[in-house]
Amino acid sequence: MRTLFPRLAALVPTLLLPATALQAAPAPADWEAVLDEARGQAVYWYAWAGEQRTNDYIDWVAGQVEEQFDIALTHVKVGDTSEAVSRVLAEKQAGNHDDGNVDLIWINGENFAAMKANELLFGPFAETLPNFALTHPEHNPEVVTDFTLPTEGYESPWGRAQITFYYDSHELRGDSQEVAAPPQDIHALLAWAEANPGRFTYPRIPDFTGSTFLKQALIELTDEHEALYAPVAESDFAAITAPLWDYLDALHPHLWRSGRQFPATGPEMRSLMGNGELALAFTFTPSEPAAAVADFELPESTRSYVPESGTLGNVHFVAIPYNSPHKAGAMVVADFLLSPEAQAHKQDLDVWGDRTVLDLARLDDQSRDLFTLDDSNPAMLPAGALQKTLPEPHPSWMTALQDAWQARYIGD
Amino acid sequence: MATDHPRDEGSLMLRLAPVLIVILLVAPILAGLTMALLPAFGYLPALGGERLSLDPWRALFAEPGIWRSAAISLASGLLATAISLAVVLLFLAAASGSRLDRWIRRLVSPLLSIPHAAAAFGLAFLIAPSGLVARLASPGLTGWERPPDLLIVHDPWGLSLIAGLVIKEIPFLLLMSLAALPQLDTERRVAMARSLGYRPTLAWWKVVAPSLYPLIRLPVFAVIAYASSVVDVAMILGPTLPPTLAVSILTWFSDPDLETRFLASAGAILQLGVTATALMIWWALERLVARLMRGWVIRGGRRRGEASLHIAGKLWVVLVTVIAFAGIAGLAIHSVAGFWRFPDLLPTSATLAHWARALPALAGPIASTALVAVASTLIAAALALAALENEQRSGRHPSRALWLLYLPLIVPQIAFLFGLVVVMEQLGTRPTHALVTFGHLLFVLPYVFLSLSEAYRRFDPRWSRLALTLGASRNGAFWRVRLPMLLAPILTAVAVGLAVSIGQYLPTQLLAGGRVTTVTTEAVSLAAGNNRRVIGVWALVQACLPLVGFIIAIGLPKLLWSNRRGMQGAP
Repeated sequence: MRTLFPRLAALVPTLLLPATALQAAPAPADWEAVLDEARGQAVYWYAWAGEQRTNDYIDWVAGQVEEQFDIALTHVKVGDTSEAVSRVLAEKQAGNHDDGNVDLIWINGENFAAMKANELLFGPFAETLPNFALTHPEHNPEVVTDFTLPTEGYESPWGRAQITFYYDSHELRGDSQEVAAPPQDIHALLAWAEANPGRFTYPRIPDFTGSTFLKQALIELTDEHEALYAPVAESDFAAITAPLWDYLDALHPHLWRSGRQFPATGPEMRSLMGNGELALAFTFTPSEPAAAVADFELPESTRSYVPESGTLGNVHFVAIPYNSPHKAGAMVVADFLLSPEAQAHKQDLDVWGDRTVLDLARLDDQSRDLFTLDDSNPAMLPAGALQKTLPEPHPSWMTALQDAWQARYIGD
Repeated sequence: MATDHPRDEGSLMLRLAPVLIVILLVAPILAGLTMALLPAFGYLPALGGERLSLDPWRALFAEPGIWRSAAISLASGLLATAISLAVVLLFLAAASGSRLDRWIRRLVSPLLSIPHAAAAFGLAFLIAPSGLVARLASPGLTGWERPPDLLIVHDPWGLSLIAGLVIKEIPFLLLMSLAALPQLDTERRVAMARSLGYRPTLAWWKVVAPSLYPLIRLPVFAVIAYASSVVDVAMILGPTLPPTLAVSILTWFSDPDLETRFLASAGAILQLGVTATALMIWWALERLVARLMRGWVIRGGRRRGEASLHIAGKLWVVLVTVIAFAGIAGLAIHSVAGFWRFPDLLPTSATLAHWARALPALAGPIASTALVAVASTLIAAALALAALENEQRSGRHPSRALWLLYLPLIVPQIAFLFGLVVVMEQLGTRPTHALVTFGHLLFVLPYVFLSLSEAYRRFDPRWSRLALTLGASRNGAFWRVRLPMLLAPILTAVAVGLAVSIGQYLPTQLLAGGRVTTVTTEAVSLAAGNNRRVIGVWALVQACLPLVGFIIAIGLPKLLWSNRRGMQGAP
């Protein structure tokens, strides 16, 4: 009985969850009812707050949904998305199944995988949002796929990221004549680092930008691409990643601080660029360098590019926890984030510069005009540069790479 | 009963105060520790942990660099405390009664009020390879055209972490010492020793220091515990590969792989062990130093070492003060900086854009910060006053339960706060300002009580007795004599309480689940963006808020008692 009872107890929520979840919120398909119920709700959106521009955009969204839908949206600022995941978990642990604190989470990748696997998410809801059709998922599978996992309607897309490199064109010209051009693939990067010791680095693992750099390097260094898009347990991790560790062992002595220390995050790497400590860096937000020039953080000689080898890109999403008491409000916010109005405002370089997830072919001419990119800023990527997108590997690779990196490079 | 002792109305409430204090402080910590201990041994039903096991510990000890993490936490805790205590004692010995002494006494409150995170950012902006010090010397002295590739901030030995802690712990230990010194009749002791031929600094070391140390021993223990388990300062200045134990624990607790919760709980218990070990090592060191000191005192040297002790005493405290204020100045410059490349000493342009951007976002967090700080401090002050008044009336000596007051200061926050969140969840509490206030009370109450108790106990009992003989009730004597006469120390204690509340990061973040944003949580989450200009703005706001409390604490008595010089409080 002792062993049976907890198992039964564990089963009960799984049996009841879909039913209770749908009771708490109107069926997503009946949109009018959702809008009705959303009116007057307070929605708490847990979103990474490390970037002033992002926070300003979310502030704008709050103003809009207040005005248009009578929803009071609060941005709960977190330093790491996993804090929100922990929160929902703590609530589940305490038996709080219908009155949680988190209504909406900005999420993707391993956090999504973890929440979905632990049944912490409400859904499916995303595919029934009225604006979702504008993303044209049949044509753009990345809006329904998160690190190879099908989203199955448990999260709704709202933006795109892609690894983008940036450098100080002034520095490169002035410094070492033989490597005046920035590196175009991972092998050229090693040669560049050897020629410019201490001028490049990547964020410390487990930061997501740093982890993405590991995946990027692995994709370029291994021949067994297919293995990366299946769970890591199905392949020989040591054999596949051996070239990566050889590469990093060779690269680290030429990095900033000789690879004995790494910046904590992508933004810290950017501030090292601003101080002139680094001459080459990368970001997950293609517009970030241009925005940072406008904010006096980077010199005007900053230029962005996507290496010829292509870089990893992904879509970021919003999800609703299973115990959110304001699911209707959260769905309306998720739908508003997908509206041409909100997407165009987000893509505006003066606002945030995060690229749209909408398929512009699906929009009418008037809406499409909102998305015309301003290419007058020289730090901005040239148009069309973001075509070379590599898909994200299975999320289990991220965790495995992080663990292996830490075991290898954390000193005892 | 009440009719038998008409003068003792309200005495039941007074008698309840110490009990209430102990419950408020001890219950949450014990509950939180229990909820850390169970998962540490594999028990956490919500995650499928239904049997006790040692797996979390195996996983913990398999973590790369875990022993180094623990060793750095231990070493930085002990070293930061030893250095801070040495600087404070050296200063007191060398500078008593001098002009420097008066200056530092005036600066100690503002220094204490600077939140740890702001001070740490200030130090980082100063000593980083691209910081103000390197800019000052470049390229003229150093030839550096770009920041040198040097490991200074986040160094693997934790030296900059220790430096950051020392800057903040010196004012705390100094304030505690200054509160304790009047009991010792320092002047007469030193005069006696001098009449026997001892030079003044040596005399202080030999006749005052040995009696002072026992009085500040508990605050010293609190510093060890804090320094060995600090999170925010270690994130800003500490080593990274691996980080200190407390920082690792925080990362594990927020790992998206929920299995890591077990490992994190084991880590929290390990942190408890590390802090306990640090305290025990310190205790052993105390014996050793006591023995060495005894030999030194008995040998009776009257001059040797006087000059070097004297110079060191003044030099170090001035150095630390200058660094602390230079760091704040650095924050201020960054908050208005336009583009600012190394090695320019000052930004090429100044702009108010960063402030203009932050201003609309400041109001909400400032209001929350003020609300929580004022509420928790007022409750703490009321409880502390009630407990102290009860002590006076019952004529009892400070009870032995006093060390319980230090419990929240000695048990590492990170060890019990996560467990406490689970307990609160189970009690069905919603994260509100009230819950955060309760969380802050855990840390505000001890500080308020400790800063108030000395003044209260030293208060000449004849004043109250005089009031009673003139026919005042006990309550009347309290409200109309004791309270007004103690206004200055009470306000100082309130200011300390406000500063403690304003600086809290972990309790606010965890208990509020992000719903209550204070200036400190906002500053730390924006720090993730690593924009030095934004950090400058928020850290400066964070540093200025507690100052308001201290200005009121110093100014109000002067204003109210402008006709009674003796009641205006310390100069």
